[in-house]
Amino acid sequence: MIEPNITPELIADHGITPEEFERIKGILGREPNFTELGIFSVMWSEHCSYKNSKPVLRTFPTKGPQILVGAGEENAGVTDIGDGWAISFKIESHNHPSAVEPFQGAATGVGGILRDIFTMGARPILCMNSLRFGPIDGNDEAARRNKRLFAGVVGGIAHYGNCVGVPTVGGEVYFDESYEGNPLLNAMCLGLLRHEQIARGAAKGVGNPVFYVGPATGRDGLAGAAFASRELTEESHEDRPAVQVGDPFMEKLVLEAVLELLQTDAVVGIQDMGAAGLTCSTCETASRAGTGIEIDLAKVPQREPGMTPYEIMLSESQERMLVIVQKGREAEVQRILDKWDLPWAEIGFVTDTGLMRVKNHGQVVAEIPAAKLANDAPVYYRESKEPSYFAKTRAWKLSDLPSLTDPQKVLPELLASPTVASKNWVYRQYDHMVQTRTVVCPGSDAAVVRLKLAPPPAKDRYLAITTDCNGAYCYLDPYTGGAIAVAEAARNIVCSGGRPLAVTDNLNFGNPMKPEIFFQVREAARGITAGCNTFGTPVTGGNVSFYNESPAGAIDPTPVIGMVGLIDDIAHITTQWFKNHGDAIILAGNAVDAADPYLGLGGSEYAKRLHHIKAGLPPHLDLATEKKLQDAVLALIRDGKIKSAHDCSEGGLAVALAECCISRHPARNTPALIGARVDLSAFANGTRLDALLFGEAQSRIVLSVAQESADAVVAQLQAAGVPAAVIGAVGGDALEIRTGASACKWSVNELYDAWWYSITRKMES
Amino acid sequence: MKFGIIQFPGSNCDLDKLWVLQDVFKQEARYLWHKDTDIGDLDCIVVPGGFSYGDYLRTGAIARFSPVMKAVADHAAKGKLVIGICNGFQILCEAGLLPGALLRNRSLQFRCEHVYVRIETQKSPFTCAARTHEIMRIPVAHGEGCYFADPSTIAELKKNDQILFRYVDASGKVVDTASPNGSIENIAGVCNKARNVCGMMPHPERASEEVLGSADGRVVWESILNHLRGVESVPESVLAGGH
Repeated sequence: MIEPNITPELIADHGITPEEFERIKGILGREPNFTELGIFSVMWSEHCSYKNSKPVLRTFPTKGPQILVGAGEENAGVTDIGDGWAISFKIESHNHPSAVEPFQGAATGVGGILRDIFTMGARPILCMNSLRFGPIDGNDEAARRNKRLFAGVVGGIAHYGNCVGVPTVGGEVYFDESYEGNPLLNAMCLGLLRHEQIARGAAKGVGNPVFYVGPATGRDGLAGAAFASRELTEESHEDRPAVQVGDPFMEKLVLEAVLELLQTDAVVGIQDMGAAGLTCSTCETASRAGTGIEIDLAKVPQREPGMTPYEIMLSESQERMLVIVQKGREAEVQRILDKWDLPWAEIGFVTDTGLMRVKNHGQVVAEIPAAKLANDAPVYYRESKEPSYFAKTRAWKLSDLPSLTDPQKVLPELLASPTVASKNWVYRQYDHMVQTRTVVCPGSDAAVVRLKLAPPPAKDRYLAITTDCNGAYCYLDPYTGGAIAVAEAARNIVCSGGRPLAVTDNLNFGNPMKPEIFFQVREAARGITAGCNTFGTPVTGGNVSFYNESPAGAIDPTPVIGMVGLIDDIAHITTQWFKNHGDAIILAGNAVDAADPYLGLGGSEYAKRLHHIKAGLPPHLDLATEKKLQDAVLALIRDGKIKSAHDCSEGGLAVALAECCISRHPARNTPALIGARVDLSAFANGTRLDALLFGEAQSRIVLSVAQESADAVVAQLQAAGVPAAVIGAVGGDALEIRTGASACKWSVNELYDAWWYSITRKMES
Repeated sequence: MKFGIIQFPGSNCDLDKLWVLQDVFKQEARYLWHKDTDIGDLDCIVVPGGFSYGDYLRTGAIARFSPVMKAVADHAAKGKLVIGICNGFQILCEAGLLPGALLRNRSLQFRCEHVYVRIETQKSPFTCAARTHEIMRIPVAHGEGCYFADPSTIAELKKNDQILFRYVDASGKVVDTASPNGSIENIAGVCNKARNVCGMMPHPERASEEVLGSADGRVVWESILNHLRGVESVPESVLAGGH
């Protein structure tokens, strides 16, 4: 085949700017050929190089005594959990593939993040996912399309995760117009390993052979990284070949074989072929080790004849690994790969040239300084400008919102809002119990898993895991929204009995070339940094997904936070639902936040769902107040005083109380419902009823405690500087909320029905 | 007692079975590789859950041809115990060691949830430690768990008391909505006519420790151990305080 000439059009088609092309020429000392141009285009795409986000990512706190491998050093960070054990976790997006081909897009998203984790030498023990879709209400064309995307993504996650045998223990799903045509799939995986097992993605040792492990390379997923770094357009479905096809069975074999390989010391370095496939894995491993690497593409297993070097280097065929083997230990490695019936090939060796040299049948087809390719992508300090839509959203006044007249009707309606409603339609499709670690199943504030360490340490430890982000808050004020994402994640960890340990982030935004979008990025990152500093949770790594725009515009900025916490004792594990009749209900935090001009209603689910308004400012957040609250509640949990803890988030206090009554679900068709009598009259004076019931003021947790310890708990909270009051008692078969003159009463059955079946009904209608 | 747990490529509950037998019940347990032909002397073979060979064709359809399955058949022919759980049940049906077949769930979706399962008979090595009509709260996790057999096979199963487990509601009643998969007569598990081979869709290893929210599944392992130890039956009074 004759390679195309390098023309300005071809360069532009590869997403390379004239300035970047000059830089490439400078690195090579000549013009790149077609294959080299392709290699640079994927390595210097946003997905691989973070060229537009680096200046922002550098501002994140990434250090801490618990960090063993920091952000950006390897495929994933590694965090200490004590006793010589560590965890490796990361979240990664697969948004564009999921928009075009939801099932495979989501499936391969799960596959990719699993590989990032087991490549570190860690056995994956859980997955989570954070999903966003357009509205699924009604049955018009848009709703049907959103449902198809939602069903496809969930089905794809189930298909892949269930087969590989890693439980999907939780996550979140939001529905909002801004994700219409550009859904988000952020998949998170967490693995467990010994400190001494940490594997490195470095091609060390000149002369060491380079092994290709996994299925043959095909034309699927060609230049997926570059595809992910563009806006979605009407023609994006034509990019379907850029979406990979996943084979979870193969992944399971690769996973087991890799973990077995890493038990030997025959492996010097290892990296998965994820984004940018063979290109990225070869140049990054060489770059990390300060070596060179030489491969011959003729030796790479190929799925079809006639593949060009360009295609082989840029393919993103799934479930492939690059393994650098200690010379002389090849037979040992081969024995393990053969045991698992895995295809493999020795395709090259480590050199001291610093070059990534690619041959095809002995002829050099690409020769690029590896470190420069991997690290010298330009870094752009993008222009940022306060979004002009702020003028409109901030012109809105709370007094513009009609006053609430019928709370009786509103609560069931909010509980049935797909963003608030039970996600059982989703998580019952995921195997969330395989590996017998899951202590708290999906449906509480955070998932809790046990570690099953061998040999068992003196004291069992547990992990609490959550993902959080409210895009509407970030849209209205990216700084506050970013900070709230971290604060809410930490609150969920604390409510489950854990100490926040570390976070991974997935920054989902529109096109960063647009100054108003970059403003969102920068501000959200600033908020995340403030949050992480407050809770002592460094960022261990993550992912950036830009260009999340459909023809209708950009998505709401969605910086998803995945947070992990450590639970020191089984007795600390706490769930959100009320436990016993007669228990006292305590609100820790202010019922209404007087410092918030919108009283928690800006960007609230209530304003969006009932009044179709996304305006104002997000709920006010004071990080010091939040930290005080979380410390005080965690101390009470550790003292054994707390029977249930539930954070107030979307839908506000009334929704939180309802969830405490209806979310315990011991078995199929068998909820354990329990009522509550609540009196909010003390807070009702002079405030808006909608703010009191449905406002989303931050820094609030609903607790239940034994009646006899109620006073002591309130006193302990107040002594810690946290406003607290007994607001009611658990019991009966209805939720009653009194607010001064008025009172509402809902049967728990009615609330449960609205909440539990809402998504199922919408998906089956 | 000596347990062997088969590892097919794609098995993913093998570790959980090893954990429950070794760490929870303190038994001797080891893996059997799917390519093994000589499995040595074992008291009970466990065929675990997962997606053997990816199960892209039909669950268990390829696993039945594994070399180890010949050894499993020989082991079973000697009257020794075999228990298949989830994918293991599917494989044993495909291999002809158990009657019937497992079809796609009626919902056409994977289902993972706790369900109530009633133990229908104590007359089997897998249920002999149970109380009469004991109900377990136990997880299922499968996409193809809808048990099916033709009417004459079902009649035969009933006549021979081969239906070991049925999905029920919380009060123990067999109702249609209690089944997560639409299986015929709410069947969740059966045994062969000789009563030494059992298949079940629910996962007793996921309900064998209080920390996991239910220890109801312990009765299956306790039954197997009782049977192997030659404990014929245990007085109800003792069992009541047990699990």
